[in-house]
Amino acid sequence: MSTGKGNPILRASNITKTFGNNTILHGVSVELAKGEIKILIGSSGGGKSTLLQCINCLVVPDSGEIEVDGMVIDITKKKDLYRLRQQVGMIFQDFNLFDHLTAIDNITIALRKVKKISREQATQRARQELEQVGLGDKQHLYPAQLSGGQKQRVAIARALAMDPKILLLDEPTSALDPTLVGEVISVIKRLAAKGMTMIMATHQMSLISTLADEILFMENGRIVEQGTPSVLLAKGNKSRTRGFCDSLNDLVGEEG
Amino acid sequence: MELSPFYQELFTSLNRGVVMSVALIVPSAIGGVIIGILAGVIRTFGGRFVRAVGDGYAAVFRGTPLVVQLFVIYFGLPNLGIYLSPYVAAVTGFMLCSGAYQSEYVRGALLSIKSGQYLGAQALGFTTFQTIFWIVVPQAVRRAIHGCGNEIIYLIKYSSLAFIVTCIELTGEGKTIATEYFRFTEVFMVIGVYYLLLVTIAMMILKRIEKTLYVPGFGRS
Ligand SMILES: Nc1ncnc2c1ncn2[C@@H]1O[C@H](COP(=O)(O)OP(=O)(O)O)[C@@H](O)[C@H]1O
Ligand SMILES: [Mg+2]
Repeated sequence: MSTGKGNPILRASNITKTFGNNTILHGVSVELAKGEIKILIGSSGGGKSTLLQCINCLVVPDSGEIEVDGMVIDITKKKDLYRLRQQVGMIFQDFNLFDHLTAIDNITIALRKVKKISREQATQRARQELEQVGLGDKQHLYPAQLSGGQKQRVAIARALAMDPKILLLDEPTSALDPTLVGEVISVIKRLAAKGMTMIMATHQMSLISTLADEILFMENGRIVEQGTPSVLLAKGNKSRTRGFCDSLNDLVGEEG
Repeated sequence: MELSPFYQELFTSLNRGVVMSVALIVPSAIGGVIIGILAGVIRTFGGRFVRAVGDGYAAVFRGTPLVVQLFVIYFGLPNLGIYLSPYVAAVTGFMLCSGAYQSEYVRGALLSIKSGQYLGAQALGFTTFQTIFWIVVPQAVRRAIHGCGNEIIYLIKYSSLAFIVTCIELTGEGKTIATEYFRFTEVFMVIGVYYLLLVTIAMMILKRIEKTLYVPGFGRS
């Protein structure tokens, strides 16, 4: 077996999705090698969230094929969907922590109910993960008692405790106060350094330029441009991606 | 100081009656909450058929007077070969009636849980059942708790309708004495005080439960 790009850990091919008579995804394909990071950009409404949610079938695609680590998912079988989601972690823009559970129980409940791990082992694992994201001292706080950045870090710890093969991140820093963005970015960068395979929708330039192995520019339910940041963002390149990122930079410039 | 024979007899009867009232109220309240949660979940998440059954149940028991329900259960069911003692008939009626109202509070609370909670669970690999059982219901119960408590307070007072099926509790005992001595005002005022005490105790218990279930971010501290 060859290592690297020849052997994708995720293959989503020709994903289509229509809501009513509004086609949101027109046959989108994405492949991801182990350890690879792809970043989705494009203006709001382009279908980034829908694509990410189709990959773990939170939104079941109308057609297309999904394959994770050599296993083809039968999207008509619930069992397959549950198994798929255990292997593909997801981080949401608005965290989606369980509001009635403490930080640590947010993690243990998934380990206990989904992975059927004993309470002691789950607690131990959850503690480790919380420490990894710098929240070892916040275990017993409820979501309502945490800041946005802390909530997102708990959500990341929760996803990682399930040992996912791939992580999907949907604008993980967009709902955060500017002052809290940094702590989440540094956690994501640490994940990348450890070799986590990720697809992330984000408009955070520091994530795009430092992490992306490839940028996917989405518009109206299609990937209209894709390539490495060094090519797409090169000076003098007339790419849509460059134009888009320049406008992001302008925004940051104005704010700063 | 000796109580007059009237008061001696009154308190003996009312004390006997209040024991029966509590024996009616406690299982009816607990059963009502359990039925309410089950019916609420079915009416919110069930397939078309079970949902129709749940909606039908709630419509019938909220739409008809409790007196009629008790009559049918005690005097009607024997026609189908089902004979219930007065006590069992009363508890059955109260439970079903209370459950119908509770299901309405539970349903409202279930519907108020935001879609992000479902997404969060599903993304971790929870099945639909696990999501509802471990994530949605525990949150909904905390949102429904004020309404459910209120329904239990009502139940305490409508438990006096047990006399319809010849189950003699607080009000029934009092009425017998009042008729015997022809002293209605005094008797019913004393009965009122007994109910006030029952409701006060119930509110204290409910408050304790609320405190136990309290989670920051749900309701007030
Ligand atoms: N459940 C849904 N029902 C109907 N339309 C939807 C639904 N989810 C998303 N859409 C529509 O799909 C389009 C793409 O949305 P989305 O995937 O959220 O884009 P992005 O994440 O790039 O902003 C939007 O026009 C949105 O209104
Ligand atoms: Mg989006």
